[in-house]
Amino acid sequence: MKKWQDNKGWLFILPVFIIVAFSAIIPLMTVVNYSIQDIFGPGQRIFVGTEWYKEVLTDQRLHDALWRQLLFSGLVLLIEMPLGIAIALTMPTKKGLGSSVCLVLIALPLLIPWNVIGTIWIIFTRPDIGLMGALINDMGWSFDHTASGLHAWITLMLMEVWHWTPLVILLAYAGLRSIPEAYYQAARIDGASAWAIFRYIQLPKMRGVLTIALLLRFMDSFLIYAEPFVLTGGGPGNATTFLSIYLVKIAVGQFDLGPAGAFSLIYFLIVLLFCYLFYQVLLNVGKGESS
Amino acid sequence: MAQICLDEIAHSYLPFAKTDADYALKRIHNIWDDGGAYALLGPSGCGKTTLLNIISGLLKPSKGRVKFGETDVTDLPPEKRNIAQVFQFPVLYDTMTVFNNLAFPLKNRGFDNAYITPRVKEVARILELETVLHKKAEGLGADAKQKISLGRGLVREDVAAILFDEPLTVIDPQLKWQLRCKLKEIHEQLKLTLIYVTHDQVEALTFADQIIVMYEGKIVQIGTPQELFEYPNHRFVGYFIGSPGMNFLPCTMENKQVRVGGFHIPVDDHTAALGNRATGSLELGIRPLYLKIHVQETAGSFQVPVQSVEDQGSYRVVTLAFADQIIKARIAENDPVPGSMAWVSFPEKWIRLFENDHLLK
Repeated sequence: MKKWQDNKGWLFILPVFIIVAFSAIIPLMTVVNYSIQDIFGPGQRIFVGTEWYKEVLTDQRLHDALWRQLLFSGLVLLIEMPLGIAIALTMPTKKGLGSSVCLVLIALPLLIPWNVIGTIWIIFTRPDIGLMGALINDMGWSFDHTASGLHAWITLMLMEVWHWTPLVILLAYAGLRSIPEAYYQAARIDGASAWAIFRYIQLPKMRGVLTIALLLRFMDSFLIYAEPFVLTGGGPGNATTFLSIYLVKIAVGQFDLGPAGAFSLIYFLIVLLFCYLFYQVLLNVGKGESS
Repeated sequence: MAQICLDEIAHSYLPFAKTDADYALKRIHNIWDDGGAYALLGPSGCGKTTLLNIISGLLKPSKGRVKFGETDVTDLPPEKRNIAQVFQFPVLYDTMTVFNNLAFPLKNRGFDNAYITPRVKEVARILELETVLHKKAEGLGADAKQKISLGRGLVREDVAAILFDEPLTVIDPQLKWQLRCKLKEIHEQLKLTLIYVTHDQVEALTFADQIIVMYEGKIVQIGTPQELFEYPNHRFVGYFIGSPGMNFLPCTMENKQVRVGGFHIPVDDHTAALGNRATGSLELGIRPLYLKIHVQETAGSFQVPVQSVEDQGSYRVVTLAFADQIIKARIAENDPVPGSMAWVSFPEKWIRLFENDHLLK
């Protein structure tokens, strides 16, 4: 009997298969279903093939949202990764009250729900009563995230960095703690500078956790919805209309399920593609390097 | 760099050490010669690694001074001391090639490539790493990795001592032997002082000229393997070195004889004089290797019951009940094996007396 004919093995993967089917495959296939039909109401639909895909792909507003999204994610990674690593490097290394207190304080923003974060920052940056907003305005600069696209972006970046850098810190800190003491001792005997220790010991040893941090931060920031929605609902104008906000406008606002379905699939594939690229690059970085 | 002088060293990991028990190292005062091969031998937790780290400068002792020759180096950081250290687990810079790993200590010290390249090649030749020089260090075997760790010490021409902290723990047995030979070869070639920490007595005995036996934060004896074997200073040395360890029998002196239970064992005049002078609790010590076992009655032997005979390959260990005590004897593979009874005799030459755990001499 050949291996594939021995059916008992399938029983073992069946539970996982069923769970994945309900959690991922079936919802995904519904979206595929929407994306190739024009739906007027219950029982009223016609097959339209790739028409929605063509429409979505040539939509200028979607292109704008995509560039905005890429810029946002790019900035998020550029700021949060180095900042997270830098803060992790300055944290206390010894086990004890100091490091525990640090970890709890740093992890606090991660415990706050997304929309609450948005609300906190709306109030914080309000030009009339917000601590930061009023302070900046009192100093003579006008700052209003509801009026200026740039100010909305600044507010959003601050919020994002404040909210999610702790995740990078925690992961980087865990990576640093897992480096055996002997590496530092050997480096001291070899006369390595602090930079050399970082470059040749800490950074390579943190590669695994940093890959995870990078992927998580990319995915989360690329899919950002709640914060800009709460802050300005995508405004002012279209300044903070990111892909997900635009998608919800199409799907829920205009109830265009066909284009929204096509959009969702394209969105999904973009995230998948980027994650794959990042993963491959980080997996192979430094390999094949030779003197 | 001449010799290493440990001047009244003591170390405690606690910030405010009070009693003796708080000290991981208790008063070490010693001078180690330049170019010697020393092994620090002792059970886990006896302070070997602490002492090593004090010499390399990774730890600053709570008390005492460390001197290299005439220079006091107690306050110098490790990179300023002319030492290298090889750790229990290979420490490598994974992202670098073997070449760059070996060149790293030199690059950090600002040497130029014209000096570094031939020097690294030279060290790679000594360590037989030439073929992998341009490979990534990450993918190599544990023995090659340990060689690289050692090589990072050897490239520095100013290095006068290399410290090893149980470097062969992660190496396969047959490679272990090869690597140990390589170490001896390097020692003879380069005349470096080698200090080698281990809890494996075979490793220590084959590697070192001088063995430093440590026990509970103290050095109990320094000597050649032969000295440690024949004249263990302390009960612990007798027990720790040799396989099986030395036999110890509580005893009393009766004129020129040592009395153990109902047995009277004759000793030579010198030993008898030492025993008669002692005031503390006496013990007779003898190596299992030196006990004579006979299968029939012979002159001067005692008849005792045999408890077990274990075959250890090239020798056998015979366990005997001797005056309510257990003693072990080692007999050669081809010697006759005793039945339920054996006759044991104690050669005068190998009988040692211990007073309160210390050798009488």
